[in-house]
Amino acid sequence: MLELRQIVSQYGPVIALRGVDLTVRQGEITCLLGGNAAGKSTIMKTIIGLVRPTSGTVSFEGQTLNKLPTRAIVSRGIALVPEGRRIFGRMTVWENLALGAHVRRGRPQAEIDEDIERIYGLFPRLRERVTQVAGTMSGGEQQMLAMGRALMARPRLLLLDEPSMGLSPAFVDQVFDIIQAINRQGMTILLVEQNANVALSIAQRGYVLTTGRIVASGTSAELLAADEVRHAYLGEA
Amino acid sequence: MTERLTRYGPFLLALIALVAPLLAPNDYVIGVLARICLYALLALGLNIVVGFAGLLDLGFVAFFGIGSYVYAFLASPHFGLHLPFAAVMLVIIFTAAGSGVLIGAPTLRLRGDYLAIVTLGFGEITYICLVNLDRPVNITGGPNGLLSIDPPSFLGFVIDHNIEYYYLFLLTLGLVVLLSRRLRDSRIGWAWRAIREDEIAAEAMGVNTTMAKLQAFAVGASIAGFAGGLLASWQRSVFPDNFLLQESINILAMVILGGLGSVLGAILGAVAIVSLPEIFRDFALYRLLAFGLILILVMILRPQGLLAPRSGARRSAETK
Repeated sequence: MLELRQIVSQYGPVIALRGVDLTVRQGEITCLLGGNAAGKSTIMKTIIGLVRPTSGTVSFEGQTLNKLPTRAIVSRGIALVPEGRRIFGRMTVWENLALGAHVRRGRPQAEIDEDIERIYGLFPRLRERVTQVAGTMSGGEQQMLAMGRALMARPRLLLLDEPSMGLSPAFVDQVFDIIQAINRQGMTILLVEQNANVALSIAQRGYVLTTGRIVASGTSAELLAADEVRHAYLGEA
Repeated sequence: MTERLTRYGPFLLALIALVAPLLAPNDYVIGVLARICLYALLALGLNIVVGFAGLLDLGFVAFFGIGSYVYAFLASPHFGLHLPFAAVMLVIIFTAAGSGVLIGAPTLRLRGDYLAIVTLGFGEITYICLVNLDRPVNITGGPNGLLSIDPPSFLGFVIDHNIEYYYLFLLTLGLVVLLSRRLRDSRIGWAWRAIREDEIAAEAMGVNTTMAKLQAFAVGASIAGFAGGLLASWQRSVFPDNFLLQESINILAMVILGGLGSVLGAILGAVAIVSLPEIFRDFALYRLLAFGLILILVMILRPQGLLAPRSGARRSAETK
């Protein structure tokens, strides 16, 4: 569904990605593991068009995305839940969700309202807080809102950048349950995580990124068994 | 209380504005009222840029100046042009919007403090141009300004009394209030708010941030330019000193005092900042001190401004 071929990305003289190849298959959860500054978020930003690669191609359902502005990529069916959530803090829950549907211009309000109802179905907590100012919610609730907001664009591929960051263990479980639930409804997901155990437990396939290079890839079971992963991410000697 | 204020406030304010000049004791007071309307226009223009889109512009008065001078160029003996009022104002809207885009385009990547510094520079450059462009070819009249500017006229009816100017300004203000509200609730208004909250997130949601920011600069600038044209037609003269940095600060103070992003607030801010120094005129040297004290007090007591902007969600929740 999504293919990255030989992506090289630079921030000035600093090389963030050194020829990344990555494939996300339809209907699967693919996870991307890696430590700090490995280039995980850069890959996400490159896919959504916030960062332009120096070379290489990104293609989605056979179409090349490289040269397209972010809004065109979002309307083609990819949505990003950014690292650190980045919800609109002084807006209410409802306003955040409504903004998520920004690319669907000209759609009838009834259709948008219906989608908001669907999001409340996935995240009942959000319904209780429709008029609450988003910045005053807990981290876990903000993560749910960020995911709900991204879903409002009606994506077919959802990019999740470190959804467990800064959340209490109880919330991490809850968030990952919801990710799995969304996936079962047919959503393809690319998940960036530092928390390898949890990520591999729900993903079908994964990649390991170190300083801008893919160093290991395979099914979750293969990765869980691979030395590099056990060594670096699962805390085993 | 606030609920009622937001519901009936605009009508009450409109009513007061309509009868105010009839109750004014003398022509000087009517002049002050007209100036309040002019500055309320400026505050509404800046409110779009700073309040709606969150782009801190410290050189906003430049567009006010550009509007004034374009009016003077096209309707005074200086170049011997005497175009009809409506045509001049139309030219001003486009020139000012164009200069808004011109200052907006190179600053698209700047945020907050950095944007403020660049716009501050733009304001100063405009002022310096106005002062110095009298040589080698006399364009702006230099420090002496431009004189004998035509008054506004509609189908042979020439406006030349303060009270007529007041109603002309008030009519414009009413239209700009409606425009502001329409913009705020439109798709572009939502895009502005998203940018104000978090530009990266807004872009990731598919908001065309480049276009939205340029539109904010252009709309704000054309409102300020329009106000500038009105000023030139009223004063019948323009001078560079009408467009000093102090004016930019004053306009920003109106917007902040009223509550960033609030349409009614921007107008109240203009009322307060133009009228307070007049009210304290009797205190002579102490009037600026009293003025400053009141500003500080308001900001301590109501840090969000006199009227914090109404949230879109509350509106939508109310209708359900």
